[in-house]
Amino acid sequence: MSKNVLFEIGLEELPARFVDQAEQQLLENTKKWLQELRISFDNVRSFSTPRRLAVLIMGVAEVQTTIEEEAKGPAEKIAKDESGNWTKAAIGFTKGQGKTVDDIYTKELNGMSYIFVKKHIEGKPTNELLPSFNKVIESIQFGKNMRWSTETLRYARPIRWIVALFEEEVIPFEVASVKTGNTTFGHRFLGDKIQLTNPVEYQSKMKSQYVIVDSKERESLILEGIKELEAKEDIVIPVENDLLNEVRNLVEYPTVFVGSFEEKYLKLPSEVLITSMKEHQRYFPVKTKKGELLPAFVAVRNGDNNNINTVAKGNEKVLRARLADAEFFYNEDKKQSIDYYLEKLERVIFQEKLGTYAEKVKRVVSITKSLTSMLSLDKDATRDAIRAAEISKFDQMTNMVGEFTELQGVIGEHYAIHFGENEVVAGAIREHYLPRQANGNLPETIVGTIVSIADKLDTIVGCISIGLVPTGSGDPYGLRRQATGILRMLKDSRWDISLEAILNVATKLYRSVDIEQEDWVTVTNNLHEFFQLRAMYLLKEIEVEQDIIHAVLDKQIGVFEYTEKKAQILSEKRNDEAFKPVQEAFVRILNLASKAESTEVNPAYFETASEKALFEQYQANVLPYRQANQNKDATLAIATLSELAEPIHAFFDNNMVMADDEKIRNNRLALVKNVALLINEFANLTLIEWKQHN
Amino acid sequence: MNIQEMILTLQNYWSDQKCLLVQAYDVEKGAGTMSPMTLLRSLGPEPWNVAYVEPSRRPDDGRYGENPNRLYQHHQFQVIMKPSPDNIQELYLDSLKKLGIDPLEHDIRFVEDNWENPTLGAAGLGWEVWLDGMEITQFTYFQQIGGLEANPVTVELTYGIERLASYIQDKENVFELAWNEDFTYRDIFYQPEYEHSKYTFEESNTDMLFELFSMYEGEAKRAMEKGLVFPAYDYVLKCSHTFNLLDAKGVISVTERTGYIGRIRNLARKIAKTYVAERERLGFPMLKKEEK
Repeated sequence: MSKNVLFEIGLEELPARFVDQAEQQLLENTKKWLQELRISFDNVRSFSTPRRLAVLIMGVAEVQTTIEEEAKGPAEKIAKDESGNWTKAAIGFTKGQGKTVDDIYTKELNGMSYIFVKKHIEGKPTNELLPSFNKVIESIQFGKNMRWSTETLRYARPIRWIVALFEEEVIPFEVASVKTGNTTFGHRFLGDKIQLTNPVEYQSKMKSQYVIVDSKERESLILEGIKELEAKEDIVIPVENDLLNEVRNLVEYPTVFVGSFEEKYLKLPSEVLITSMKEHQRYFPVKTKKGELLPAFVAVRNGDNNNINTVAKGNEKVLRARLADAEFFYNEDKKQSIDYYLEKLERVIFQEKLGTYAEKVKRVVSITKSLTSMLSLDKDATRDAIRAAEISKFDQMTNMVGEFTELQGVIGEHYAIHFGENEVVAGAIREHYLPRQANGNLPETIVGTIVSIADKLDTIVGCISIGLVPTGSGDPYGLRRQATGILRMLKDSRWDISLEAILNVATKLYRSVDIEQEDWVTVTNNLHEFFQLRAMYLLKEIEVEQDIIHAVLDKQIGVFEYTEKKAQILSEKRNDEAFKPVQEAFVRILNLASKAESTEVNPAYFETASEKALFEQYQANVLPYRQANQNKDATLAIATLSELAEPIHAFFDNNMVMADDEKIRNNRLALVKNVALLINEFANLTLIEWKQHN
Repeated sequence: MNIQEMILTLQNYWSDQKCLLVQAYDVEKGAGTMSPMTLLRSLGPEPWNVAYVEPSRRPDDGRYGENPNRLYQHHQFQVIMKPSPDNIQELYLDSLKKLGIDPLEHDIRFVEDNWENPTLGAAGLGWEVWLDGMEITQFTYFQQIGGLEANPVTVELTYGIERLASYIQDKENVFELAWNEDFTYRDIFYQPEYEHSKYTFEESNTDMLFELFSMYEGEAKRAMEKGLVFPAYDYVLKCSHTFNLLDAKGVISVTERTGYIGRIRNLARKIAKTYVAERERLGFPMLKKEEK
C-alpha cells in the first residue's frame, strides 16, 4: 500500500526572481530528505506561484525501508586481549549497537582486521517521520532573506500558512510559529480560503480557486494569449524569455491584455519606449510585421477577464505619465549643449580618491591617445577616438540618463547626433559601455573598442591603485566584468598588443597623476594577479584544463588571442599519441635544464655527431619558431619545436650529459638549457601533466 | 472621493486597527519615515502602532508647478506597526477597499522593492504595491534602522496620497485633484510649489545654508552629549533638509557631498543607539503597558 503526500508553503509575495530557484530547491531537497529517511516513493512533483511553493509526493511507502546495516568497531587487536578474550572496548561497542559479543565477526580493511556487527534496522511508520519536513522548508536558500514580526527565521518573505497532508491526515509540525494544517488560500481576490482533503486533488482544486500552480502552465497560458492577440490585431509581440519568466512569476492566474499610448511618443528613442515598457512596467512591446514599434503594449493581469478595460486604462495612464516625463526630458536635454554637460561633470564624483568624472575623462582621453598611437590608427580614426573619449560621459548629466540610468551611452549616442557629432563618435559613446555583462556583446567599431578599453583600464588601474581590489562577492565597481571585457576585446580585435603593454600605458599615467596611491610594487602585483584570474576564467570557459592554463599564463598574459591558441593546441597535443615522443623529448630537456649554470655553448667542445646535430637543428629552428610566435601561429610554432624531438632523443641516447670532463658537461648542459628556454618561450611546459597512456 | 475624504477614511480605518493617530511632525523632512514617530519609535522592543499624514519635501523634485507628476512637496500617509502583524497584507488591502478600490475590478500586485536610506543607516525588504501598474504604496519590513538591527520587525506602509488620488479621481495632472468639494490641489499648492522651486533653484542663500548646516550639526552633537535624543534628532532633520536644499542648487562640491551624507549618518546612528539606551534606562515603559 502506498499513499500520497502534499506540502504547500504559503508566503507573502515572493520576489519573482526567486520563485523558479526556490521551487527547484524544494524539489531536490525533498527527494534528498526522502532518501535519507529511507522512505520509498514513486515520484515527486513541484509547484510554485508568487504566493506558494509546493511538492506532491506520489506513491509514498507507508513504512520506512528496513535495512541490514554493518557497524564497524575497533581493530581486532584492540577488541581482543592476549588470551583471545573480548576486551572492554569490544563489549562496549556491541552494547552501544544493542548487540552482544556473539554477534561479532571480523573483516579486513586496508590490511587491518576490524570487528563488526550486523544491525537490523526496522523501518518506522512513515507518518512518524514526515514531521521532520520543517528542515526541508528551512533549507531553501534565497538571494536575500528577511525577518518579520518577532520570528528569528530568515526567509525571502514571511510564511503565512503550511499545508502538510499524508492522504487526508495532517502532518503536525511548525515553522516560524506557523502550524501545519489542511487549509490553503486561493487567488488573493478571486479565490477563497479552502480545505484540502487529499494531496492528489491539489492542482485541480487550486485551479478552481483561480491559482495555476504549475508555472509552465501559466507560461503557456500567457503565450497562448499573446498568440491570440497577434492573430487578432495583426501584430508581432516579440517575447523575451527573461521577461516571460518574470511575468509568469508575478501572477497566479494570468490574463493577457493589450493597451496603447499616443503615437507622438514614437518620436522618442525606441530604447526609451522599450525600457519604459519592459523594465519599469513589465509590458511586452508591440511591433508591426516589418519590425517597427507600434504605440501599444501587451501586459499580463493577475486575475480574470472581468473589468479588463479598467485595468488596461489604468496601465495606459501609468505608461503615459512615464512617457510624458521622458518626452519632457528629451526636449529639455536637447536645448543644452555637450559643453554644458561636460562642465557639469566637473562637479560629479567618480570615486572619492579618484576624483570627478571630468578628471576620469581626462585620463581616458590620455589612454585613448596612447592606444591610437600603439595601433598606428589613421588620422580620422584617431581624431574620432579622442573626441569620443572626451565626450564619453556627457550624457551622465542629462535628465534622461538621470531617469533611465540603464540607457547611459544609448542616450549619449542619440544626443551626440543631435548635437552634430559624426556617427562614429556618437556610436562609440554607446559602445564604450560594452560589454555590459561579462559575456555580453562587444563594440563593433575600432573607435568604440579603443574608448571602451581605455575607460575600463582607467577604472581598473585606478581602483586597484588605491587598494580597491575586488574580494569574494564584493566588486562594487564591476572590475571583474570590465577586465574580462578588456581581454575579450583584445582577443576579438586581433591586435598584436599584449595585455601587459596596455596595462603599462595606464600604470605610467597613474604614476604621473596627483592621487594618493598604494606603493607600486603592491599595485603591480595586484593588477597582475587580478588579470591572471580573469584570463584563467576565460580559458576555463573554453574548457582548457588547469595545468595548461598555468603553463600558458606562467610568465604573462601576453597577446591574449595567441595565449588562447597556445592553450588550445596544447590541449589537443596532450591527447595525441603521435605527439608522445615529442613530449618525452621536451620533458627530458626540461628536467635537466635546471642543472645548467650557463647558456654559453661552445661548438668546439662538441664530441659527438648527435650533440652537434641537436645544436644545428636548434640554430636552424630559432628564427622560424620565433617568427611563428610573432605571427600567432601556434600550430607552426609547435611543429617547428617538434622538429627538435628526434635530435633530442638521439642526443640523450648517445651522450652522457653528466660527463666527467667539466668542460664537456657544462657545454652539454648549456645546450640543454638553450633548448629548454626555447621551449618555455611558448609556455612553461614543465607545468603540464602529460596524460598520454603507454 | 476627494483627498480630504481619502485622508479621513484612512485615518478612521487605521484608528480602528488600534493605531495611534498623530499629526505631521513639525520639522521639514524628505519622507514620512524620517518622522521620529517612525524612525526612532521603530527602534527597540516596545510595541508601536501609529498612523499620520506627512508632508514631505524633496527640493530636487521641485518643478515650478509645471510638471503634472513631480512636486517639491507631496503627502504621504504613513502607517507603522511593530511587531508586524501576521495579517498586515489583508489589513492593507481592506484599507484600499475603504477607499473604494474593489480588487476584483483592478489588478493589485506586490512587486519586489527593497528600500534603503544610507543617510539614516536604514534598510528594509518588501514591495511596491501596484494598482493597475501604478505604484501606490511602499510596503516595507524594516530590517535595520540607524545602523541597528530591527527586532522585533516593524512594518511600514507609505501611501502616496497624490498618486492614489490621481487614480481614484481619474486625473492626469496632480494640480487638478480635488482636495475637498471646493478646492483643487492647485488652489492650495500651486503658489508654494512655484515659489519653493524658484527659491530652491535660484534664490536660496547658499552661504547662509552652509552656515546653518554647521550650526545645526553642532547643536545636534551638543544635544546628544546631554542625552537629549529628540532635540538632537530635530537638528539632524534640519541638517538633512538644509543639505537637500544645497544639493538641489548644485553647490555641494563632489568631495564634500559624500562627506555631508556621512556626517548626517554618523549623527543618526549615534541618536539611534542613545534612543534605545534611554528607553532601556526608562525600563521600556510601553512593554509594560502591553502586559497590562
